[in-house]
Amino acid sequence: MLYNEPSPLETRVLSRRFGKPNSASIDTYLADDGYKAFLKASKMKPEEIIEEVKASNLRGRGGAGFPTGMKWSFVPRNSPKPKYIVVNADESEPGTCKDRLLMEYDPHQLIEGILIAGLSVDAHAGYIYVRGEYRYLIEILDKALAEAYQKGWLGKNIQGTGFDFELYTHTGAGAYECGEESALLESLEGKRGVPRIRPPFPAVVGAFQCPTILNNVETYCAVPAIIRDGGKAFADLGVPKAGGTKLTCLTGHINKPGVYELPLGFPVLKLIEEVGGGIRNGKKLKAFIPGGSSCPILTAAECEGATMDYDSMASRKSMLGSGGVVVMDEDTCMVKAALRIMRFYAHESCGWCIPCREGTAWLRKLLTRFHQGMGTRTDIDLIGDVSRNMLGRTFCPLGDAAALPTISIVEKFRQEFEDHLDGKPCPFEHARHMVTV
Amino acid sequence: MADPVKLTIDGREIHAAPGTLVIDAAKQNGIEVPAFCYYEGLTLQAACRMCLVEIEKTPKLQTACTVPVAEGMVVRTETPQVATARKYMLEFLLTNHPLDCPVCDKGGECELQDMTFRYGVGESRFTEEKVHTPEKQFSPVVFFDAPRCILCYRCVRVCDEGLGVKALGVINRGVVSEIAPNHGDHLECDECGACIDICPVGALTSGAYRYQTRPWEMTHVGTICTHCADGCKTTLGTRNDRILRGNNRDRSGVNGEFLCIKGRYGFDFYDHPERLQAPLLRVNGKLEEVSWAQALNAVAQKFNQTLADGGTFGVIGSNHTSNEENFYLQKFAREVLRTNHIDHHRTGDVVTLLDALSGKEGKLATVADLYERKAFLVLGADLALEHPLLSYQIRANYRHHQAHIYVVTPGAVREDHYSTVSLRGRDYASLRDKLKAESELVVLFDDSYKGDDVRKLVEFGESLGIPVKYIALVDYSNSRGAVDMGVAPELLPGYKPSGQPGMHYGEMRDANLGALWVVGANPLKNGAQRKAGFLVVQDMFLTETAQQADVVLPAASAYEKNGTVTNATGEVQRLKRGINTMGAKPDLEIMGFIAREMGAAAALGPWTPDAVFEQIRKNVRGYQVPLPVLMTGGAAQTMPVNGRIPVESRPDLVHSDHNGLFASGTLGRYSKVLNSVMESRLRR
Ligand SMILES: Cc1cc2nc3c(=O)[nH]c(=O)nc-3n(C[C@H](O)[C@H](O)[C@H](O)COP(=O)(O)O)c2cc1C
Ligand code: SF4
Ligand code: SF4
Ligand code: SF4
Ligand code: SF4
Ligand code: FES
Repeated sequence: MLYNEPSPLETRVLSRRFGKPNSASIDTYLADDGYKAFLKASKMKPEEIIEEVKASNLRGRGGAGFPTGMKWSFVPRNSPKPKYIVVNADESEPGTCKDRLLMEYDPHQLIEGILIAGLSVDAHAGYIYVRGEYRYLIEILDKALAEAYQKGWLGKNIQGTGFDFELYTHTGAGAYECGEESALLESLEGKRGVPRIRPPFPAVVGAFQCPTILNNVETYCAVPAIIRDGGKAFADLGVPKAGGTKLTCLTGHINKPGVYELPLGFPVLKLIEEVGGGIRNGKKLKAFIPGGSSCPILTAAECEGATMDYDSMASRKSMLGSGGVVVMDEDTCMVKAALRIMRFYAHESCGWCIPCREGTAWLRKLLTRFHQGMGTRTDIDLIGDVSRNMLGRTFCPLGDAAALPTISIVEKFRQEFEDHLDGKPCPFEHARHMVTV
Repeated sequence: MADPVKLTIDGREIHAAPGTLVIDAAKQNGIEVPAFCYYEGLTLQAACRMCLVEIEKTPKLQTACTVPVAEGMVVRTETPQVATARKYMLEFLLTNHPLDCPVCDKGGECELQDMTFRYGVGESRFTEEKVHTPEKQFSPVVFFDAPRCILCYRCVRVCDEGLGVKALGVINRGVVSEIAPNHGDHLECDECGACIDICPVGALTSGAYRYQTRPWEMTHVGTICTHCADGCKTTLGTRNDRILRGNNRDRSGVNGEFLCIKGRYGFDFYDHPERLQAPLLRVNGKLEEVSWAQALNAVAQKFNQTLADGGTFGVIGSNHTSNEENFYLQKFAREVLRTNHIDHHRTGDVVTLLDALSGKEGKLATVADLYERKAFLVLGADLALEHPLLSYQIRANYRHHQAHIYVVTPGAVREDHYSTVSLRGRDYASLRDKLKAESELVVLFDDSYKGDDVRKLVEFGESLGIPVKYIALVDYSNSRGAVDMGVAPELLPGYKPSGQPGMHYGEMRDANLGALWVVGANPLKNGAQRKAGFLVVQDMFLTETAQQADVVLPAASAYEKNGTVTNATGEVQRLKRGINTMGAKPDLEIMGFIAREMGAAAALGPWTPDAVFEQIRKNVRGYQVPLPVLMTGGAAQTMPVNGRIPVESRPDLVHSDHNGLFASGTLGRYSKVLNSVMESRLRR
């Protein structure tokens, strides 16, 4: 059974097999033309595969939006070292819940994407790094791997192509930071999940000191379609600088929450109103997080004319992020929203560097006190100041991810902070429905 | 070397070697970029974010500790943006810091205090509750106060990379991240205190030093550790004739900042309750405290009488006393007591090595060579336990220059973790082809190679066709100096033959001598009965030997006297008096007084360390070392002979004590810290 009803406005490419009976089994996958893209790619030159991915305008779906084809081209294919394919299935960004569906409903699509990536850089081993909380997915993935090995789609000399590939699953232990690519690699190697100094980037020095392609689950899942139908066809689904479709996770005060595959450039208001069926209980929109809690928050006014793509969000000083949309209605206390977000980052800061470790903890305490009505007027500026003192100075982007939404909330919803001053109770407490992210 | 890179820092055009980090390039040009986590020689962390600087054409501030210099780079370290970043980084650091400077051991020499003073804000805007966790004891030596920790990971790295021990790690995450032992609640480690020493704040403190003093109340004296033969320079922090601390923060000496537990904490024997502080004289069969005058008089009378009666003297010298004391002692024995019955406990076959190398130049490796040369052959010894400094040097060499290490030892050793080849046993000859392919080699061997083994080894080394240097490992702080100074029956100072070899150590112990004079040794330690008609012992403690003596003269420790010692690599260094212990006298002074009481002083010359060292310089080949080097706390290598040594070396007399990390012969028994570590291991 699917988690949510599909919407007629979707363009289902990656999710085309969601909801089909036994969609996770290799038999149904093969019946639906599965692994044909791999066979096609196995006859292409590695450069041709990468060219095709470049032509698709595919950008990383893990949050940073780096062009995928370009990333693959950085791998020194002729290095004498082994190369690795690593899948970031740590999906921990609040509001994001798409990778789990891709793995649950169509694990072979992911495996096929991984194999094609392997072909493109001459890699013969890969790891799927799955967040610890997705334990049930490990079973599904391991079963898919076993089937693929059994049917000769993994292992030695795959389908007579002469290409060998070993694929493993690996679980995290419950740290958001282990979704950050270099911390993920540390964790994969059995060490503490803290980031690495870059450069060198994983493409050159990645897993076990070897060249590594590291992408998000959704990124790999787009690859079979790109090879099957051509990069251009995929690119044409989206907007000029961002090709294809994106799985959008619609969460918050919305009538029809769920994961929807929409072409890039989809209008925000249409997303809320038509795909999501509007805001719950007929309330008005107050704030909008476009792609996970790390993005600066948009006001209802800023959502006018905005579209779900990199440029439109950048022009509003926010980001497309990971596709984790959070819709907040007029009864939402923005102080409490800021607090909830900061509690997450303070809990997840790996503690490696000073500004993030101390800054997030400070802000969590400050916002807690403030929301309880014990704030002072100077605290409002202090919240912004402390955030700005983290911004751009931390070791990895988690510090920025904590600072950016906080700064945007203080700047855009200052009045709500004023309304909490002088020991007043939270004006929204009666509404009682906090966004749960 | 590649051409230097040209860049600009703070408007100054500077040149730096390619690969130099911006922070180092700045420092080389007198520009300080503040740093906590960056530490020369250890891996990069980029964790503290104190070193953020502006680099033109990069939008964000960059960590100077991770970015290498590049041609045309423009760096600014003093802009308002940089100053602001530093200011607020310190504000962050202090949010959960207890600010208990008034009672913190580090107060006054704390990098966090200094940094806050120089770059910080005057006030904090943090009004929330601080994170607090109680203090913990990790080991007999190491205490940890987490709230003071700034998480610079220096301790974790020095233990892992520097010591090769990996006893420390990090637990938890976020603001409650904490440094913790990797084995449950206690450290399984060398107890070297390097982690404590390197801690920029007062988070790691030592059981020995904590709450004893304020740093500025101490006087600092640089001298040489008296335990093993590696010869580490240690800077004693003293106050009111008490040693409170040993470290080497100024990185002077052959050891840089390295010290093992013995050098850092094992000085505490000086203060043992059983320390002798008055001479003892046997009266009616019992040792009784007497004045120095009485004791010296008793010795002089008996010595003169023995001489007059034509009795035989035996003299046993020490591995711990200074070159001056050893030189004076052998001269005393030979010229006044007219005997060649003089020896010490030999712990390595230096004599055969020097003989085998005769006629060759530059064949003895220095401690610095261990960090610089490209390949090493370690024979027999468990270096990490028996020669901590030498092991540390080779490890650093491996980390920084990927030196090749070949290990041939009876059992597993720490070097195995990074050796090119590790063999169990003695078959180093099977490494011939591999070693021939090296560009140079340093061979270290312990007492399991002596006599012909050493000759064969040198033959092997010299047949490799590459430059080879050697180290004969010996046990104690002046083991090497004792042979150089001729405290041996068959050898005079500088390895000249004594003519008529006298009795050796064991023979003297077991012979019916007229008088036996023991200086800083414990020949009767294994329950042997004294045979000599008269026994004089100079020592710090009432050892098994001293208990059987007729006269016991309380001696000063190495930390209480001046002089020089020569380490295993033949490097001469200067001992400097740090404190005085009431009642005890330096051995040299005691010998001088005995000579004076006997009326024989004139023949031996003045007995001040400097005067005797002058005699050594004149008489012992290789000891013409430049005085300014020694006076300023440096080390000068000696090659005390370069020709055949025309006497039979006595490999049969060579026995190392193989002291591990927490033992130091008889001396170690009187160290509280070494004992506490041993006991804590027994309890486990
Ligand atoms: C704190 C932090 C957490 C992250 N978590 C994830 C994650 O859970 N999943 C993911 O795919 N990428 C995550 N990323 C992004 C990765 O670092 C990396 O950019 C991404 O996996 C690259 O794949 P892509 O190019 O396919 O997006 C995170 C980044 C940061 C800084
Ligand atoms: S910003 Fe620093 S403390 Fe925060 S998660 Fe990244 S490395 Fe860890
Ligand atoms: S005392 Fe030495 S060996 Fe022990 S934890 Fe500290 S650095 Fe490591
Ligand atoms: S204990 Fe000291 S050295 Fe270790 S991380 Fe903390 S501050 Fe740094
Ligand atoms: S290595 Fe030897 S000389 Fe150095 S501190 Fe330890 S015992 Fe002393
Ligand atoms: S010194 Fe550069 S980050 Fe710590």
